[in-house]
Amino acid sequence: MTGRSVSLMVTCLGDLFFPEVGVSIVRLLRRLGVAVDVPADQTCCGLPLFNSGYHADAAAVARRTVELFGDSEHVVVPSGSCAWMVKHEYPGLLADTTLARTAVELAARTHELSQFLVRVLGVTEFTSAVRGRVTYHDSCHLLRGLHESESPRTLLGNLEGAELVPLPGADECCGFGGSFAVRLPEVSSQILAKKLANVESTGADCLVACDAGCLMQMGGGLTRAKSRVRALHLAELLDGGR
Amino acid sequence: MSDAELATPFRQRAGGAMKDAFLQEALTIATTKFIGLRREAFASFPEGEALRDQARAIKEATLQRLDQHLETLISNVERLGGHVHYAETSAEARSIIVDIAKRTGARLAVKSKSMATEEIHLNEALEAAGVTPVETDLGEYIIQLAHERPSHIIAPAIHKTKGQVAELFTRELKRPAEPDPEALTLIARGELREKFLQADLGISGANFAVAETGTVVLVTNEGNGRMVTSLPRVHVAVMGVEKVVPSFTDLMVFLAILAKSATGQKLSVYTSMVQGPRRAGELEGPDEFHLVLLDGGRIAQIDGPLREALSCLRCGACLNVCPVYRQIGGHAYGYTYPGPIGILLTAMLEGTPAVRDLAHASSLCGACADACPVRIDIPRMLIELRREVDDRKIAPWPERVAFKLLAGLLRRPWLYRLAARAGRIAQKPFTRGGRIGRLPLVFGEWTRTRDLPPVAPRTFQERWATDRDLRA
Repeated sequence: MTGRSVSLMVTCLGDLFFPEVGVSIVRLLRRLGVAVDVPADQTCCGLPLFNSGYHADAAAVARRTVELFGDSEHVVVPSGSCAWMVKHEYPGLLADTTLARTAVELAARTHELSQFLVRVLGVTEFTSAVRGRVTYHDSCHLLRGLHESESPRTLLGNLEGAELVPLPGADECCGFGGSFAVRLPEVSSQILAKKLANVESTGADCLVACDAGCLMQMGGGLTRAKSRVRALHLAELLDGGR
Repeated sequence: MSDAELATPFRQRAGGAMKDAFLQEALTIATTKFIGLRREAFASFPEGEALRDQARAIKEATLQRLDQHLETLISNVERLGGHVHYAETSAEARSIIVDIAKRTGARLAVKSKSMATEEIHLNEALEAAGVTPVETDLGEYIIQLAHERPSHIIAPAIHKTKGQVAELFTRELKRPAEPDPEALTLIARGELREKFLQADLGISGANFAVAETGTVVLVTNEGNGRMVTSLPRVHVAVMGVEKVVPSFTDLMVFLAILAKSATGQKLSVYTSMVQGPRRAGELEGPDEFHLVLLDGGRIAQIDGPLREALSCLRCGACLNVCPVYRQIGGHAYGYTYPGPIGILLTAMLEGTPAVRDLAHASSLCGACADACPVRIDIPRMLIELRREVDDRKIAPWPERVAFKLLAGLLRRPWLYRLAARAGRIAQKPFTRGGRIGRLPLVFGEWTRTRDLPPVAPRTFQERWATDRDLRA
């Protein structure tokens, strides 16, 4: 396991709102013998600009991200949507630039966290930082963009100290959708309400996702409803020692 | 939707739909049922995935030589004794059909379900010309009685509960009706039987038209398509130009996946094949057969950004799985075609400015692309439309300014760090117990129903820069 090195792309939401997720990732990777570095001056992958149609601006942000991570052996991202942006959109956005090849190479070396743990490192056994029942929400970009539903479930299913219970409608959107959440807040909130009703029906103590956007949306809904369910990133659960 | 209704902003139309308790009940029940049926149909059909790829490949290949396939179709329909008309616009299509009705002295027209005739607003044109159109698909019949428009591509009355239909029948048909689907269907059937026998004109759409044989194919569940195309003395079929398929072999690929995607059926109850008018010695069929080929903006997209949308089979699967459609239903979209594919079709038919707001009526969750039998990448084209809306400055200027500011900030790490610090100061009055519960301005759109996490006391990168044990 040793000898691997990872650059953490902490993402804007991870950096600003969920720094403990980044801390957990650093700790758990290091416990696995992986060297972790965090290239300085990170901002955002540019997905909010891209999804709203501001593609020239998104390309400018992509360009500087590619430059920041161009030399990394592996890049690990805590959010499926940001990983998808780097893997699926960067090559197209930078196709006609001097960074075209670097962008394609970076896409291949960039991994969402659960995919990196299971599919690259082959590690599936962790001790949970949280006791009790947990349930898993599939983030849209991870599920339908990166076609990943197994890795997070494998990790949670094997988690010592936690019981994974299925979430009805786990593959349905939580209603976040970036600027969608404030452009059409009523629609976004109603989608969220149905998602949270499903979450409550599981009796879980903890709702897990692999995307900071979904966690902001679902976590915000849960605390507003004074729910006993906590929304946590996968990394926070895996960081229970090993 | 009328111009007056469209003047209401989309967000408000959506909000109105979410306050309609009947609509919410009907939508949840129907879309949930459709999702389950579709899932089961494909689960027990292992060859389905390969057939979806094949269907898409056929559509792509057909689009590449659309002119040739249309010429083949036209010559075969004419060889069979039918007449073919080409309409560049909805207005042209309407006047072609109204002319046929006038020339043949038609007074009563029976119609089978057709989104193309909805698209061209045919019923109003017929009424203005003194021809009474009667919808014979049960769902279409219901909404015609209610003076409404379809709210779903294959289930036009999906927004109505059975109780509402019973009330409607009682009021409009002046006979007591119970909220029992079977009883309601029998009432409609009795009413419609008379119309079929009296009608002089039958108007249908077309799910497919097979070029090599000149066959118009209708996929229905009620058998009304067969009555419409065989009983009246004149039959007019209206189809978008993209509905042509080269051969019967190709048709079989589509039939294998269409009903499964739409209703979860292996095949629809009826698959009607119409080949020109009645020939000598035949007992059934019309004296005259007309095929109206409709462009309406489609041809321009063969080389346009919405090309993929020309592969759409109109199965409605993307509507059923769309989290937005499932909250607001079809009417709130405001145009003939609702749901994710409807936004693309609206842009195609009405122009990009019409979808300024609708292009954002999606969380880009991708469920639509996943459900689409021909794998149309709807989210990608929605993003493409958003880009055009921005580039052509159709988007509201405050939004464009906001995104320019965001872009400037994300390109300059020092400015990004400064913004984080400014955020920490600005959020202080609104933060309680580690959460932000209420914010002013556009941020309030978030906090009305959800808490927001505050900017952390120290961002991850700040911690990384200073915490020794984190870096060690």
